[in-house]
Amino acid sequence: MSLVLHKPAADRGGPAQPLLIVGGLRKHFPIRGGLLGRNRGAVHAVDGVGFQVGKGEILGVVGESGCGKSTMARLLARLIEPDGGEVIFDGDGVGAADGISIRDLRRDLQLVFQDSFASLNPRMTIEDSVAFGPRIQGLSAAEAMRVAHDMLGRVGLEPSRFGGRYPHELSGGQRQRVNIARTLATRPRLVILDEAVSALDKSVQAQVLNLLLDLKAELNLTYIFISHDLNVVQYISDRVLVMYLGQVVEIGPVDSLYRDARHPYTRALLSAVPSVDPERRTRHSPLTGDPPSPVNPPPGCRFRQRCPHARAVCAAALPEPVEIAPGHRAACFMADPASGYDSSPTEGGR
Amino acid sequence: MSVTGLATSSPAPLAASAVRSHGYWSGVGRRILRDPVTVGCGAILLLIAAAAVLAPWILPADPYRTSMLHRLAPLGSAGHLLGADELGRDMVARLVYGGRLSLMLGTLPVALAFVIGGAIGVLAGFAGGWLNMVIMRSLDVFYAFPSVLLAVAISGALGSGMSNSIIALTVVFVPQISRVAESVTTQVRGLDYVEAARMSGASAFTIIRAHVLGNVMGPIFVYATGLVSVSMILGSGLSFLGLGVKPPEPEWGLMLTTLRSAIYVNPLVAALPGAMIFVTSMCFNLMADGIRSAMDMKA
Repeated sequence: MSLVLHKPAADRGGPAQPLLIVGGLRKHFPIRGGLLGRNRGAVHAVDGVGFQVGKGEILGVVGESGCGKSTMARLLARLIEPDGGEVIFDGDGVGAADGISIRDLRRDLQLVFQDSFASLNPRMTIEDSVAFGPRIQGLSAAEAMRVAHDMLGRVGLEPSRFGGRYPHELSGGQRQRVNIARTLATRPRLVILDEAVSALDKSVQAQVLNLLLDLKAELNLTYIFISHDLNVVQYISDRVLVMYLGQVVEIGPVDSLYRDARHPYTRALLSAVPSVDPERRTRHSPLTGDPPSPVNPPPGCRFRQRCPHARAVCAAALPEPVEIAPGHRAACFMADPASGYDSSPTEGGR
Repeated sequence: MSVTGLATSSPAPLAASAVRSHGYWSGVGRRILRDPVTVGCGAILLLIAAAAVLAPWILPADPYRTSMLHRLAPLGSAGHLLGADELGRDMVARLVYGGRLSLMLGTLPVALAFVIGGAIGVLAGFAGGWLNMVIMRSLDVFYAFPSVLLAVAISGALGSGMSNSIIALTVVFVPQISRVAESVTTQVRGLDYVEAARMSGASAFTIIRAHVLGNVMGPIFVYATGLVSVSMILGSGLSFLGLGVKPPEPEWGLMLTTLRSAIYVNPLVAALPGAMIFVTSMCFNLMADGIRSAMDMKA
């Protein structure tokens, strides 16, 4: 009803146009130090990330802590300015002269954060928090409140009971539902969920995931689902992107990637997933050592210092992603027959 | 217990419809009311303020009328319950009337600095980057001087008088309050709900009004409350040095100066204005502490 008043932006590019095309996205945070604030180097938080998200799709993004997942989310939302690369939203270049403005982008793209408590203003009732976005978009106070109540109802929080409460009076799962309602109240087309369920109990996680799937179908949404939890990503995603130190190491359809991972990092991640099957329990730690510092990384493949299959060629150049199955690409020389990778075992090899 | 909706006593929203929702401030209010020190100090301050405001109606004695016969009358003399000063003026009347100017010197500069300094600090904190740098480093210049010296210097430059004292004290407090406002705003600005508000396309002004002010006002207010006693003491100090209020106007700091010479003759009477300054500033400080701890409680 109230949604008739308040519709999402129209589909401009048609169903075949990917909703989001990202190319060469880059953000280096400079490290300043010394007396005059000299530039001592840079954290290569996101370094040349490229991918596409189709309409109605769920793209899972996985990687270790500090690999640049959250920075990427904030770059896409333009909460921080990228240093380079382009983002095309439904055929329009973001921030380009003939494209879509940042302001319009924010109407279409929203972010759900991990910390459900920090995401809500502690001095606002939850209905006011949810109504804030629609109000900013120009709805009257009464209309915005109707939208807020409608959204609270959709996430399973009865507005008459919960609307007037403050965030500290709700449980973590309820607060994250409020955040989802708040995010969806502005009727975005793309929602980036940055570790949105990671802080919740397993049982509550399942509820919220199913809620997200229902809302996606009801409201025609597209998700980018960022998580470090591989089981959750496998459950919810259509395609999965694996990040390592600010770069995409592997991307592909969820089945193909989980069944036939080609990048040694992806394989290590997947073998680290705890299994309930005692036969399949891993005894050794698949990854040793900490990830190298993202400050001024050395040339070549960034994973080579931890990679059991590293060869001379890996230090020489950065591997380009190669297609190994339809839509499944991995940035590893082993996956590329033309790379000159020598597969004979070395002394360090296992 | 009659205390409904005690934050710790409602574990889960089971009987959700029965639980009335409490805002943050009602919780703070309840905690303050349960703290006897804060309530007591508030009551004393209220009493002093009420007496000062109602002085012409409740006091029979004229604070300006001198009497050579009663010079430095001791405590408890007939007609002068708290004695009389070096010109034979009734101390009760002078202390109560003195509260008017002293309280004004305590609160008005802080109130002005709260508005001005708060606005500067919130702006600098929310803007961040080079604007923050320029504003805060400019204000740091004031920190180079001790606050007493700065107040004396400004008062001296502007000339003596009540309004100049207030201006001088305001200038002293603006940088201090700005600094607190800037630091709390910087903290709040980085929180996810402010980022979420930015995502919804709200302007900086709207975000400050809707999401920032409510969350930074409390800490700034508490800090400012603690400054009231400092302001009273500095204001009294200015009067003491002859830079503030002029005689024969009753003001606690000034009274302390003029009674100074009587300290060996009648020490109890001479100490009375000092005692008033002490009690009042102490109450402001304790009250500020009480409010701070009431607000610190996790909701």
